[in-house]
Amino acid sequence: MTEKLVVIGAGMASGRALEHILETDPAKYDITLFGSEPRGNYNRIMLSPVLSGEKTFAEIVTHDTAWYEANGITTRFGEAVTQIDRDRKVVVSAGGETPYDKLLIATGSAPFIIPVQGKDLPGVIAFRDLEDVETMRAAAKPGAKAVVIGGGLLGLEAAAGLRMLGMEVTVLHLMGHLMERQLDEAAGYLLRKALTDRGIKVMCRASTAAILGEERVEGVMLEDNTGIEADLVVMAVGIRPETRLANDAGLEVGRGIVVDDHMVTSDPDILAVGECVEHNKQLFGLVAPLYDQAKVVANTLHGAGGAFMPKQTSTKLKVTGVDLFSAGDFAEGEGREDIVFRDPARGVYKRLVIENDRLIGAVMYGDTADGSWFFGLIRDGETISEMRDTLIFGPSYQGGAALDPMAAVAALPDEAEICGCNGVCKGKIVQAITEGGLTTLDEVKAVTKASSSCGTCTGLVEQVLAVTLGDDFVLPTVKPVCACTDLTHEDVRRLIKAQDLKSMPAVMQELGWKTTCGCHVCRPALNFYLLADWPDDYKDDYQSRFINERAHANIQKDGTFSVVPRMWGGVTTPAELRAIADAVEKYDVPLLKVTGGQRLDLLGVKKEDLPAMWADLNAAGLVSGHAYTKGLRTVKTCVGSDFCRFGTQDSTGLGIKLEKRLWGSWTPHKVKLAVSGCPRNCAEATCKDLGIVCVDSGYQIGVGGAAGMDLKATELLTTVASEEEAIEISVAFVQLYRENAKYLDRPYKWIAKVGLDWVKARVVDDLAERAALVARFDHSQTIYQKDPWAERAQGGSRHEFTPLADFSFKEAAE
Amino acid sequence: MNAVVSDTWLDIGSVEDIPVRGARVVKTPHGCLAVFRVAEGEIYALDDRCPHKGGPLSNGIVHGRSVTCPLHNWVISLETGAAQGADEGRTRAHAVRVEDGRILLDAAAVGA
Ligand code: SRM
Ligand SMILES: Cc1cc2nc3c(=O)[nH]c(=O)nc-3n(C[C@H](O)[C@H](O)[C@H](O)COP(=O)(O)OP(=O)(O)OC[C@H]3O[C@@H](n4cnc5c(N)ncnc54)[C@H](O)[C@@H]3O)c2cc1C
Ligand code: SF4
Ligand code: FES
Repeated sequence: MTEKLVVIGAGMASGRALEHILETDPAKYDITLFGSEPRGNYNRIMLSPVLSGEKTFAEIVTHDTAWYEANGITTRFGEAVTQIDRDRKVVVSAGGETPYDKLLIATGSAPFIIPVQGKDLPGVIAFRDLEDVETMRAAAKPGAKAVVIGGGLLGLEAAAGLRMLGMEVTVLHLMGHLMERQLDEAAGYLLRKALTDRGIKVMCRASTAAILGEERVEGVMLEDNTGIEADLVVMAVGIRPETRLANDAGLEVGRGIVVDDHMVTSDPDILAVGECVEHNKQLFGLVAPLYDQAKVVANTLHGAGGAFMPKQTSTKLKVTGVDLFSAGDFAEGEGREDIVFRDPARGVYKRLVIENDRLIGAVMYGDTADGSWFFGLIRDGETISEMRDTLIFGPSYQGGAALDPMAAVAALPDEAEICGCNGVCKGKIVQAITEGGLTTLDEVKAVTKASSSCGTCTGLVEQVLAVTLGDDFVLPTVKPVCACTDLTHEDVRRLIKAQDLKSMPAVMQELGWKTTCGCHVCRPALNFYLLADWPDDYKDDYQSRFINERAHANIQKDGTFSVVPRMWGGVTTPAELRAIADAVEKYDVPLLKVTGGQRLDLLGVKKEDLPAMWADLNAAGLVSGHAYTKGLRTVKTCVGSDFCRFGTQDSTGLGIKLEKRLWGSWTPHKVKLAVSGCPRNCAEATCKDLGIVCVDSGYQIGVGGAAGMDLKATELLTTVASEEEAIEISVAFVQLYRENAKYLDRPYKWIAKVGLDWVKARVVDDLAERAALVARFDHSQTIYQKDPWAERAQGGSRHEFTPLADFSFKEAAE
Repeated sequence: MNAVVSDTWLDIGSVEDIPVRGARVVKTPHGCLAVFRVAEGEIYALDDRCPHKGGPLSNGIVHGRSVTCPLHNWVISLETGAAQGADEGRTRAHAVRVEDGRILLDAAAVGA
């Protein structure tokens, strides 16, 4: 018979436990999952990169709605359990009572808030969940001030993230050096130096006396009366197991909920897992042991054996560019010896602690490549006397081999731990690869869980793949922008925003470009990202544009150019046609053609003639049609209600309004619109980047159509009643595309990546976000909406159109 | 005609006349030359014809000591005129030097 299992807390431990429970027997339990956060299980560890902007929240979700549905789990997110009634075997929450046969408590911990005056002021927060991250990101205006209390793992990840967002950050740490529980003084010093170099202020031996402020936080006062200004205070001084429910229910609770080796509490029907438990007087604050607990809990629930045994853990700090590793015991002591290696020029420090011929601790800073090998030696308690002299140089040196990372990985024994979070050793990965025929990192992740939590071992896992598969291994998954960088377009876009990079040299320096000035692939992309993100600060880089966008005409196979004036919504006048006809004759234009975009193309114009031709066209009121840009091209329309017997709305008028609002803006790729007056759709609106089909009741707005190399119909974004709203939504859509898409992705490709729902949520549902997008678009237009032809007709960019020197008549002259 | 013949070197203009990472055209009786200025300031001159299908290299994007042809993205070395990577072909490179900020072009390049 199916039993009822209720799980309290949708965190990292319960997520893993659920997977194991379902693996063994998906039918045994009817599962209800409560979570006080308004979302399901996610990889809490990765909140740090979400804070810094290096990852998005979507990337760190471990279990999504589809997963819960597929596994028949009833989810009650945003609903805290408030009471456990053990006599009646029910849990109580806002939604009423839920009965259980077995109960699993996985409530994690609560951040510890130091009980000082002002701790409850708005702007004082902890660093524990997505809400905290969102509060921090909202507060992180460049130049705003943040104080982080606590110089441990969590505090420093918060500090580094806030700094990357442009805040002025001070870290207050009670002890003499940073991360004193994981690092010795020397490594603590190097870490402090690295943080100071990034502009983070570090104050050690700083004890907080009070938090100041009236309405909201304004500063922090230290015991020695030093005052520090602050717009945001992050408390990261420690965590307390969340035991309130267990306490109230009368379970045995010490510092955490007391469990036995099988993760059972003092009530045989109640189990507990994760940071909320206490086992053999020990608490847990890293995921590796919690995952082991999750396995044991699942076994116990299935009546199988297995006991939880805490194991050694190692620590890494997830701050990009800071490499540190620590494991084991590194306090000095009698009978202990140190082996130390320093390379000041490279900022490298390594220290090994040896006792009784065995490695018992390791601290490394600056070069942590051998961390997992040392960690293996510590855990296995192997004797090291034979390699004592060369031990510090790592595994690749043993036996005198060259210092090659691949050789180092190849030399690792099967028991060497590769993924600390999930406790996956090399042998297990190799076995999964050879037996399961795995060839990619994603497959290894899925099968073994290696590198699926904090991700710092990704490189190692790839090396194991490479060593195991030999030539069959193709390094994959991410496609860098070009050979100048290893970063993807998405990474670059995020880092430009996260690190406030506002010029091309800043991007290339800070993101480690491998070439001096980029290439024809990355430079146009960077130029677009920078001008789209910083319309006020960034200056367009002329030489990073393709010739069409410099000459404002399309280059032809023979080096001449084609000229396409705008014809708003496809409508023209006799005067415009006359001016075009005159220009064709005056400049000897070989071909005048009607384009597929409802306007005229003058093909085969000599480059030197362009400015003069534009002056003539300008005089008749004609401006650039941008037939050459990654920007708005055409807005095709049909005749609509003014003339057509079926027209429901003024499609021509709406098309013209849209074109007048959107022209001149730069976009990731070209953007084409169309408006049809009725579902007969004579303007072909359903294959455009954005197409509107008018109906009696209003306007159907579709997006993500394509009719070039791919053929795809638009998907309905929404239907609105008024023309104003149709325009606002169209503008917001274009701005969202400008701010987020990869360079040279047309909207349909971008939507396929982010999902239409994500677009809808911002452009249709969230009115405030829609208004903000429109405001940002309009602001950008105050800078970029200019006719480039007029500027050049008046002499701008003369060097482009005139030769430097002319010797063509030289022979005649001599 | 504003160019001056000096020795066998022709003064074709000042370094400042060419934008950094940009190019200008010099017309000759045998077709155009493209004169480039790279980020570090050096000046190079090539025939303004891509070895692929004759694309006007003066319209390309300059990066490092190369230019990417605007028509089909061949990358051409500014120093030698040779196509880089897998592509094969070479366009003529011409001698240029810079003296007191003036660009001097080997007169042979314009067929003098
Ligand atoms: C002039 C025109 C053809 C014509 O004679 O009608 C034209 C000409 C070119 N198109 Fe187009 N396209 C023209 C309408 C279209 C259309 C039809 C339309 O706009 O309704 C399409 C399909 C719709 C679409 O964009 O999805 C179209 C899909 C493309 C594509 C494929 C885009 C895609 O994402 O799949 C390219 C290649 C690209 O952009 O990378 C392209 C690229 C080009 C280029 C710019 C090729 C190039 O890089 O040199 C052509 C320039 C020719 C020249 O020397 O001037 N052209 N092109 C049309 C100008 C319209 C205008 O008034 O601005
Ligand atoms: C920013 C950050 C970085 C970290 N980095 C690392 C790292 O690099 N390596 C590492 O090993 N560890 C790291 N940790 C620690 C790791 O995240 C935790 O050890 C782990 O999340 C604990 O898992 P858990 O399931 O016990 O608790 P949690 O993941 O906290 O889950 C508990 C959940 O229960 C919910 N809950 C509590 N009470 C109730 C209730 N009454 N009703 C319903 N729901 C309730 C909570 O809202 C929470 O969602 C980091 C933590 C943070 C915050
Ligand atoms: S389809 Fe477009 S790109 Fe192809 S030849 Fe015709 S105009 Fe040129
Ligand atoms: S003509 Fe230069 S690449 Fe084709």
